[in-house]
Amino acid sequence: MDEDRSIEYRQGQIPQELQHNVVITSVDYIYNLIRKTSLWPMMFGLACCAIEMICTAAGRYDLARFGMEVMRPSPRQSDLMIVSGTVTKKMLPQIVRIYNQMAEPRYVIAMGACAISGGPFKDGYNVVSGIDKYIPVDVYVPGCPPTPEALLHGVLKLREKIAKQSITQVSWYRKGSQDAIPVPVLGPDIFDPRRVPEIRKRTLAPRPDDDGSEATEGAQTVEDQSEA
Amino acid sequence: MFGKGVLKGLGVTMKHWLYTYVDDIRKIPSRYAGGRDILKQMPDEEGIFTIQYPEEKRVIPERYRFTPMLLYDAATGKDLCTACGICTKVCPTQCIWIVRDKDEKGKPISRPAEFYIDASLCMNCGLCSEFCPFGAIKPNHDFERAVYDRHQDMIYDKQALLVPLEYHAAIHPTEYAEEEAAKAAKAQAKARRAQSRRRRGSAADRKPGEDGAD
Amino acid sequence: MSEMSAQETLPYHEAVPGAVLERLENGSLIVAADKLLQLGTYLRDHEGYDLLSSVTGVDYLGYKGRDASNRFEVVYHLYSTKRGGGPLVLKVRMPESNPELPSVVSVWPGAELQEREIWDLYGIRFTGHPNLRRILLWEGFNGHPMRKDWHEAYYEEEHKPFRSRHPNGHHVLAEDRAPWHDNVFYPEGWDPEIWQEPIVQYRLPTDPSLGTTGDLPTERIVVNFGPQHPSTHGVFRMIVTLEGETIVGLEPEVGYLHRNHEKIGERNTYLMNMPFTDRLDYLCSMSNNLGYALAVEKLIGAEVPERAEYLRIIMVELTRIINHLLAIGFLLNDLGAFFTPVLYAFEERELILDLFEEAAGSRMMCNYMRFGGVAHDVSEDWLERCRYLVNERLPRRVDELERLLTENEIVVARCKGVGYLSPEDAIALSVTGPLLRASGVQYDIRKAEPYSIYDRFDFEIPVYHGCDVYDRYRVRVAEIRQSIRILQQALKDIPPGEIQSGKKQHLLRVPPGEVYSRIEAPKGELGFYIVSDGSPNPFRYHIRAPSFVNLTALGPMSVGYKVADAIINLGSIDIVLGETDR
Repeated sequence: MDEDRSIEYRQGQIPQELQHNVVITSVDYIYNLIRKTSLWPMMFGLACCAIEMICTAAGRYDLARFGMEVMRPSPRQSDLMIVSGTVTKKMLPQIVRIYNQMAEPRYVIAMGACAISGGPFKDGYNVVSGIDKYIPVDVYVPGCPPTPEALLHGVLKLREKIAKQSITQVSWYRKGSQDAIPVPVLGPDIFDPRRVPEIRKRTLAPRPDDDGSEATEGAQTVEDQSEA
Repeated sequence: MFGKGVLKGLGVTMKHWLYTYVDDIRKIPSRYAGGRDILKQMPDEEGIFTIQYPEEKRVIPERYRFTPMLLYDAATGKDLCTACGICTKVCPTQCIWIVRDKDEKGKPISRPAEFYIDASLCMNCGLCSEFCPFGAIKPNHDFERAVYDRHQDMIYDKQALLVPLEYHAAIHPTEYAEEEAAKAAKAQAKARRAQSRRRRGSAADRKPGEDGAD
Repeated sequence: MSEMSAQETLPYHEAVPGAVLERLENGSLIVAADKLLQLGTYLRDHEGYDLLSSVTGVDYLGYKGRDASNRFEVVYHLYSTKRGGGPLVLKVRMPESNPELPSVVSVWPGAELQEREIWDLYGIRFTGHPNLRRILLWEGFNGHPMRKDWHEAYYEEEHKPFRSRHPNGHHVLAEDRAPWHDNVFYPEGWDPEIWQEPIVQYRLPTDPSLGTTGDLPTERIVVNFGPQHPSTHGVFRMIVTLEGETIVGLEPEVGYLHRNHEKIGERNTYLMNMPFTDRLDYLCSMSNNLGYALAVEKLIGAEVPERAEYLRIIMVELTRIINHLLAIGFLLNDLGAFFTPVLYAFEERELILDLFEEAAGSRMMCNYMRFGGVAHDVSEDWLERCRYLVNERLPRRVDELERLLTENEIVVARCKGVGYLSPEDAIALSVTGPLLRASGVQYDIRKAEPYSIYDRFDFEIPVYHGCDVYDRYRVRVAEIRQSIRILQQALKDIPPGEIQSGKKQHLLRVPPGEVYSRIEAPKGELGFYIVSDGSPNPFRYHIRAPSFVNLTALGPMSVGYKVADAIINLGSIDIVLGETDR
């Protein structure tokens, strides 16, 4: 079962004999029940999918039935971020910053093809190919856009996932879990500060022997940024 | 009078609230008795009803589009797809990959060896099925596809895409009936043509090579 | 001598000698860059071409008959709001090195954002532009991406369909092909360690008298709205300068949803672009479909069968109703009437979307129109339900909406007199759609330059003269009523018959040429500018998006009002970011 979102949970697991402890599982059950039935999504829309997200909250599908009626505009008060729409490079730093501002436990649903991988706009020069390259995603809801039912199915999947988490293994009671994700920076193209050494190694290296891929790179027109 | 407009507005919201009960009372014992067809808004229904999603599902219209599926004939076990590649040419996001199968001698044959659809790219536009000359690829209705891992679970290979023809007939009844009728008409026309040609062929002397054209 | 007389036969030679260099076959005029402003002023003041509808750049690299000396071109489409009718097309050609031309912002202020976009995407410099910096991308971005020789990181081939998909299409992720294994590209020699983001100079208001109240000493502050803000209708940012609570300057900052529609559109074939147009203004996919279909049909000269024409009108007018209902709902949201009007709007929208879903297959992304017709026919049952909706339910609900809002004192107090935009300013700022009609200008493309079969229907263009947010609301309500009227007629008269002329083709051959086709989308003038070089892919594919151009007016109409009014001003423009940023 790899339902948990990363390996971190597995580190420092409780001893084998205690894992099925009655106390822990009942506490888990109650703890998860409370969390999963009152997920507050963030009022955060990016593109087309946001409209379907609003539809889900509106009369016909009514997110309130899942204890999610309070859409908070503030990341501080929300548990669930529904990334609804195309994530562009220009918007990405803000999204990561908003994610960092959310309090643990926090969950992310990537709604629609664009948020999952860039979708139809994947080729675009300003489109991030998948929000999961920067923030951890719990559930992916495909569709373009997913209908409200499809989003609700994603929410139910997320609830299933929450129900399986154990208080002894979740990351937010561990040291270092509050470390913020470094906010990407807009350079000539967007870059993740964690990848800086790797980027430097290639851009500052003496020109390697010309292979095919280098040739296509060289064909790009590189304008100076004198305007700035 | 100042405040009249506000009161009027409040009256509207009040009416909306009351009407939800009026509709309930009208349908005693239960609104859900006898099932309900949500697509048809009845003239006497004022508001719009909440679909209690996982418990009850909406009637999905026939043309509804989600990620595509591939059809095979369960009776013969053969794919309908001939690997002609039109869907790959028409797909706006280029999310379809086809490897055409080869026979033992390495000659390409009209059957896909592999068929991938990257659901994380697909924009559900339905052009592939619209332009497929063999009716082999159709939009699926199954929207419950949320997954935990996109790299493993969102690239559908041929095995994941194949569904029997019966499934298509079940979710697209009108379309299927039309296709069957067209197929029958075509077969009939072909038979008639062949018959008339045979008659003509026996009446007049024909070069033997022309028969190959049938 | 003969050269002399040839010059004299050119249009506007009398007024501005030497401005027009050449008259092309399709009637567009090649203009000398240094005489552009002079000619523009003359055309605006004496010829009545007051509305600069669209400005766009084209990179003719590799186009037949063009070379480095005239690689770039900027195209202006001028219309007259008084006369109506077709456009006057001006073109300025520029060489490959250092393309530059004078900015027309001083003549038509509505060109401001569009010229910035051309600078951003093509690197064509506009001298004299008050605020020439990147708009859709960020300062410091590497290159000008719409140039034909600029390739994105996931570049695979010049045109779709890609050859790698068939017959040997083994699935490969785009990441595995790209040089950096991601959708990024860093130039050689660039050092991320010492990189600093360039400082962006926002335009601050220079008038010191603005907003000061008596002798109270105040200090100006700059407030940043968005891009994640519940009232910005998506990812939109405003930089607002405040004096106390009064706005003294407002600058929109867009591009947070710039998803490269045009670059992708030029790789696509003509048909592939159809589902992409759905995602422009994602509330009104049907009108985007129609605008694009009409543009391509103009190029290929396709006929549309009667029934398809009616179906198109029905779909587009239903879309207009959806859009206006939502616009009103969200405007009220911004006013503080949180969610009740939106919920009422969404109720009716769901019913219309049910119809769309049944006819086209999808709730929002309809992908319904085809070149020379529509994709699917509708059943008699569908029409019957549509008739019920249009004849009975919708009029009733619009009445109810009006009862809820029109006389509501709070709505009136918040909206009346707010966001004043005079008719002259509105035209100068290239504002179109309900915004223009709320400023007292009776200009609707459905009447001014009828397309499809709008000339057959009996309807009016609602006009209000208040020029404020309240009248923008009232215009929208009145337009819903007119749309219902059109729908009633269309649903009565819809004939049986074919829905598609000719055979449906997936690879369309389009004769070389260019076209600018515009429709009255719910938000304003939606134009498609397409240049074809005869191949199955458009050479240039540009969308003149109404909400993008209408945003030009946000600054001028917010200055002098309270900060809370900036939000309802934005709400009254009714932007959709998918279209604004493309």
